[in-house]
Amino acid sequence: MNIQFSDIQVGDEIPLLKLQPVNRTTLALYCGASGDHNPIHVDLDFARKSRMPDVFAHGMLSAAYLGRLLTAWVPQSQVRSLSVRFTGITQLGHIPTCTGKVVEKFIDAGEQRVRLALRCANQYGEEKLAGEAVVALA
Amino acid sequence: MADKNLIGHKTGAYSVDVEKGRLRFFAKAIGETDPVYTDEAAAKAAGHKSLPVPPTFLKCLESEGRDVVELLNLVGFDLGRVLHAEQSFVYHKMAYAGDVLTFDGIISDRYEKKGGALQFVVFEARVTNQSGEHIADIRSSLVQR
Repeated sequence: MNIQFSDIQVGDEIPLLKLQPVNRTTLALYCGASGDHNPIHVDLDFARKSRMPDVFAHGMLSAAYLGRLLTAWVPQSQVRSLSVRFTGITQLGHIPTCTGKVVEKFIDAGEQRVRLALRCANQYGEEKLAGEAVVALA
Repeated sequence: MADKNLIGHKTGAYSVDVEKGRLRFFAKAIGETDPVYTDEAAAKAAGHKSLPVPPTFLKCLESEGRDVVELLNLVGFDLGRVLHAEQSFVYHKMAYAGDVLTFDGIISDRYEKKGGALQFVVFEARVTNQSGEHIADIRSSLVQR
């Protein structure tokens, strides 16, 4: 089930990735595993002192979900770049869904590549991350 | 006022060990189900020398070698008011458990928007492995609200 450049058209959607709802355990695990110990994501008292109503998800957690979206589609060795903009805050209870769409087919550095527009949105369709990736295809 | 003098400031080079246990913990935290990222036999069967460093974990390794609060203080930012604005990775070669990665960092930009209400700083790092191979370039943009 290798993805072939010739089989891909601009406008194609890659298989989406739907996650579990984000809860406090998700954030505690990501805090420890990522090494991002900013208390604003795990310590309610700190979040309130920083004038946030509650803790909220690390932007990089959703970025990691976009990474999973890509590596579920092609082997990671074919991923040439990944960039994300954090456009909204993922709150507790949000259910992220990651999607990707082919926006360009091109040749660069002697290889066939596709550019994907990536998006991570919650269950209300509110965008949280917008991004782009370049993937090499045989 | 954004201190433009910080642009070009080198944040130093340091090396970080890529540990299998950390990679498995990260895989658990992000709900990864592909055994290539947790089971070394599956990784090897897929042609990898060990567990691969997943796409965004390079940012985690980068943060490990730095005192983030100290870095934020340097640019006049306060942890409680900082948000991640953008993050990008350009990949040159895969990195694996057992590698020792070196991160060589620089402050590449410092600017403001909305008359100074939003302050931005951009950090960049070049990532190489123990053999001097270029693994990736990573770029992080932070905003203080």
